Amino acid sequence: MSDAAGGSTQVASPGAALRAVPRAGWHAATVAATRRETPNATRLELDVDGWPGNAPGQHLDVRLTAPDGYTATRSYSIASSGPSTRVVLAIDKLPDGEVSPFLVDEVRAGDQLEVHGPLGAFFVWRPGSRLGAAADARPVQLIAGGSGVVPLYAIAQAHADAGDLAPFRLLYSVRTPEDVYFADELRELVAASAPLRLDLVYTRRTPEGWSKPAGRITRKALEDAVIPAGERPLVYVCGSTGFVERVADWLVELGHEARSIRTERYGGM
Amino acid sequence: MEHLDGNSLAGPLAEFFTFDVTMARARCGGCGEVAELARAMVYPSGAGMVVRCGSCDEVLATLVESDDRAWIGFSGVTTIEVRREPSSSSSSSSI
Repeated sequence: MSDAAGGSTQVASPGAALRAVPRAGWHAATVAATRRETPNATRLELDVDGWPGNAPGQHLDVRLTAPDGYTATRSYSIASSGPSTRVVLAIDKLPDGEVSPFLVDEVRAGDQLEVHGPLGAFFVWRPGSRLGAAADARPVQLIAGGSGVVPLYAIAQAHADAGDLAPFRLLYSVRTPEDVYFADELRELVAASAPLRLDLVYTRRTPEGWSKPAGRITRKALEDAVIPAGERPLVYVCGSTGFVERVADWLVELGHEARSIRTERYGGM
Repeated sequence: MEHLDGNSLAGPLAEFFTFDVTMARARCGGCGEVAELARAMVYPSGAGMVVRCGSCDEVLATLVESDDRAWIGFSGVTTIEVRREPSSSSSSSSI
């Protein structure tokens, strides 16, 4: 019997929203566009052949193969979601990286990449509450460190696109004003009708006239900028391993249920 | 390199399992904690990955890969709970 890959059966049912995400596979991707996202990061738009769509918050693996056959694979969060075969990434250049310097500085429109995905159903949020059902909407707190904002931006954009009424708040820790990813898009999301509040913390340099000095986020600053534990928010934390673990520990100390906190670590920075 | 978490298992293990392993809830043989594998800690090394319990640090699983095969161990996992998709209408049998 050959039930080859790709033969997914679509059955409409009330549980459909809870379903496993589309089956991951390897796909040929063509770089459709590149642009500078921050001084240290590039936004890549990929046209992915056979991409089955992806949920907000998922990631993919990019595999590069050298002429001698050596391969290197790295995971990147996806900044876009939905059924489109156009997939958006925003990639931070790691100084000693094997893959990211190539993707950030060398890749041009028309180049081909191999991608594997969509991957991971854990660090995912899906719109649930529609207009008129706000009472059911569980609030969502997003907490990003640096490039960890990428999957959280995808989630916030999906929230706005769906007109979802769940209260959203994004706490975004970033080095300087120039290092903010998706700055224009985030500004539009804050102004959109779906509720989103954005709190920025600058760790190295603030904009002129900013009320707080630059510095790492503190437990007090976290407490002041997140939805209180008593409102039982779902919390998504993404960033470097150190950032994620510091924040997650504080959240538990502040009374947030460990089960309501979802984390994704990017490793060292 | 600093450790990662179980989300990073999604790609490597999608080659071998038909379900998303990161959403499977595993019981740790060390402390009894039951949690999604996405919540585990993952330590990459040259040969592969070591997966440790997020609560007690016990080794849950190991993944070692070469060009033509992989070795997957679940030495510290006593049970894995895999969520089934809601059963769909039974259109497959036609007797």
